[in-house]
Amino acid sequence: MTTAPVAEAPAVPMTAKRRGAQLAMLAFAIVVVMGAYASVGLGLDGQIPSGTFTYGLGLAALMFAAYGVLAKWAPWADPLLLPLVTLVNGLGLVIIYRIEQTGQGGASATNQLMWTALGVVMFSATLIVLKDHRALQRLTYTMGFIGLGLLIMPLLPFVGREINGARIWIGVGPFTIQPAEFSKLALVIFFAGYLVAKRDVLALAGRRLLFIDLPRARDLGPVLATWGLSLGVLILQKDLGSSLLVFGTFIVMLYVATQRTSWVLIGILLFIGGAVLAGQLFDHVQARFEVWLHPELPEYYDRELGGSYQLMQGLFAFGSGGILGTGLGEGFPDLIPLSFSDFIMAVVGEELGLTGLMALLMVYALIVQRGLRTALAARDPFSKLLAGGLSFILAWQVFIIVGGVTRLIPLTGLVTPFMSAGGSALLANWILIALLVRMSDAARRPPPQAIQNEGLTQVFTR
Amino acid sequence: MNGTLKRAAVACIVMFGLLMINVNYLGAVKAGDYSTDNRNQRSFYARYAIDRGWITADDGKTTLAKTVDTGDKTFRYEREYPNGRMYAHVLGFFAPESARGIELNENKLLNGSDPDLVVGRLIDFVSKKPPKGASVDLTLIPAAQKVAYDKLRASGKRGAVVALNPKNGAIQVMVSLPTYDPNELAIPDRGDVAKAYNKLAKDDTDPLLNRVTEKTYPPGSTFKVVTAAAFLEADRSRDPETTVPAPQVLDLPDTTAGLPNYGGAACGSGEVTLRFALERSCNTPFGQMGMDLGWEKMREESAKFGIGEPIQFDLPTADTTIGPEEETAALAQLSIGQRNNQQTPLQMAQIASAIANSGVLMKPTLINKITDPGGSVIEELKGEQLTEALSGEVADELKQMMVSVITNGTGTGAQIPGVTVAGKTGTAEAGDAPAPHAWFIGFAPAEDPQTAICVFIEAGSAGNDATGGGTAAPLARDVMQAVLEAK
Repeated sequence: MTTAPVAEAPAVPMTAKRRGAQLAMLAFAIVVVMGAYASVGLGLDGQIPSGTFTYGLGLAALMFAAYGVLAKWAPWADPLLLPLVTLVNGLGLVIIYRIEQTGQGGASATNQLMWTALGVVMFSATLIVLKDHRALQRLTYTMGFIGLGLLIMPLLPFVGREINGARIWIGVGPFTIQPAEFSKLALVIFFAGYLVAKRDVLALAGRRLLFIDLPRARDLGPVLATWGLSLGVLILQKDLGSSLLVFGTFIVMLYVATQRTSWVLIGILLFIGGAVLAGQLFDHVQARFEVWLHPELPEYYDRELGGSYQLMQGLFAFGSGGILGTGLGEGFPDLIPLSFSDFIMAVVGEELGLTGLMALLMVYALIVQRGLRTALAARDPFSKLLAGGLSFILAWQVFIIVGGVTRLIPLTGLVTPFMSAGGSALLANWILIALLVRMSDAARRPPPQAIQNEGLTQVFTR
Repeated sequence: MNGTLKRAAVACIVMFGLLMINVNYLGAVKAGDYSTDNRNQRSFYARYAIDRGWITADDGKTTLAKTVDTGDKTFRYEREYPNGRMYAHVLGFFAPESARGIELNENKLLNGSDPDLVVGRLIDFVSKKPPKGASVDLTLIPAAQKVAYDKLRASGKRGAVVALNPKNGAIQVMVSLPTYDPNELAIPDRGDVAKAYNKLAKDDTDPLLNRVTEKTYPPGSTFKVVTAAAFLEADRSRDPETTVPAPQVLDLPDTTAGLPNYGGAACGSGEVTLRFALERSCNTPFGQMGMDLGWEKMREESAKFGIGEPIQFDLPTADTTIGPEEETAALAQLSIGQRNNQQTPLQMAQIASAIANSGVLMKPTLINKITDPGGSVIEELKGEQLTEALSGEVADELKQMMVSVITNGTGTGAQIPGVTVAGKTGTAEAGDAPAPHAWFIGFAPAEDPQTAICVFIEAGSAGNDATGGGTAAPLARDVMQAVLEAK
């Protein structure tokens, strides 16, 4: 599309719905997942699991239903998003099923399938209810309060729960929900609305220091507020992952909106300051750093709280995978504590090898790329910022958790989007994809005939 | 806003790029360290995923080590030793993190990783079958091994018995006591195995030690056959009837001490034949012979028997030596197997074997046959010559004298009815300990030797008045008889 010569009159329609291609890719994704499921059984006991077809058909029914909703309510939507997400979600199910077979407590493929179904319901509902995503812009501050409220909820008495040392859950009846996952969506919507409104002010230059235009001191308010919020999450909930996720996303959105590099530098400085401060003040933050630098040392390996045991076991799994992996069902995921959750990538690394990891990272990168493409093609600043923010937060989350388990960066707990066991994350991420789908539909929908030429020019010369 | 969005996109590409580079770095660079880290259970599990080849004896008729399919997911194949204690020092063990003995030496064949087995392994891999190793058949004769083990154990003594076929070097019997149960070290539980191993390692009687090959002891009078060989080889006009001086006490130059005979006894009339000196195991004639021959001649003769060089063998062997060149007095002592003269029972059996085989020393081996999982033989006992230790003539003369030792001399305890046995006894002072080591080396039948043997009873385990003739010879007799009957 971008290579099409600008000068030529657009005789062919600029975008196609490509629904046939989407359907074929969706079918392909489901075939891959079913193959993987069968492969687990073959690896474990030499037989194809009896549930392969019912299970595969269940997933297929879900995804084709999602496709139906998409085709009806967002016909111009990006054709790749749904098949790609189906593939990752399906593989996540297979890996969780595989871990469940080892008897590791907490891994339940049935639960995950149920949550996937709910995720698809949320996806569909979002598409059906939200006819025009710009309605969200009117809810900017509401979203801000919702996001903040969700973030704080686990701290409240009675509903808040502390699990594995982090107070990031709330209990609703028999379920536990991780509100931070939903909070991140609300906050990105809030950031987008807020920044669109204030970006002109925020972009005003203040003093100049060494080639860099510093923003005016009084405009630092929102940045400092977000920084404070992130530190609060870090300190009160001991949730390094969410803290880093929210702050990083905000800084990038601020940069995209204001086009000022100085914001990025200020953000990085604040982050380093916060990290050093937290490292000094809190043992659990310092422990993460020590473990990151020298996970192999026995004193860290044997340390009961905040030790490197889990990280090392994950690294052993990555190491044993080789190029092609041991094959599904042939590895030892039970050696890695909580392998179905934060460390699910280590299981992928062991059983599917470098090939599987690279492919999976590529799929994530493609999802992000389709989202950013939507942002570029979007016609109004709010959509651009929202699509860009949502795409970035997905990439950023994958980077933080996969980088953490592969010891690229210090490990901070976050779920691997669409793969790790956990309902909240799955629902939230399906809503995130629905928002991207909704915006891509708006971006790719041919404008009314009268202004078509103008619209075309706009897109072609971006 | 598109400009900054594109930069954000570049940031995303960089993040994914870093992740991809990092996973490749893990797989290509760090994987080696991780796989050898002993906190990584995978290498431990992998040991039990292989259908390890069996170890047998008697052409596969007796199973010494077998692999049992437990059906367990994590530890599918476990190792069992049906008669573990009897064969412990030969087989060794296949432990969670280590191995020993034949299990170690033939590990690559047993676990199928040997290049000779690459085709079968490939087929197993493609057909998703667990890898299978080659089976190893040993030269041991189970019936004789049992006699040696039972008799030595019944006597309650510590020691070693080794017998081999002088014609091809095939080990027929190898027993070392005290022993241990390798089954305790082969269970797939690192903690329990470490506990069991540490207990064995701390035991004062050293049950883990293979006394046949891994430790040296002064060989005492059994070494006189080497001195006699050097004496005969040095001048071919000499024969068993050559007379040699045999004083009651040999004067040692530059010392006030003298070298007496065993128990201070006289040896004949003071001048005896070589044959008589060996029969009675007099010390003084051999001390004199050694001093006359000189250290270099003694070293040369010993080297022809393989002393001073590591024995090329399927199990680890200790270095043997006659001791360094010292004053002349020391020469007299090493010539009767004392002072710094240190030999393994296997080395002494090798000496008997060379004399039995007309002077030709064969390479000792435990491997009879190695068969790949498909049933084809990849290695078979051929018998490899090491050196010519003696001329056939000298070997023959030594043989005659050793027969006399059994018929008229110190070794009457080793007589087998209807079989001509040749041998030499030894009673060696073990440092300052009051009790001596008791030795016997020999072979039978003398006309056509089928087995050469060395029996060693460790000092202190058989009382202060233990002797080679009284303690070691009868055991040697029983074992040789068992070997001959089994043939």
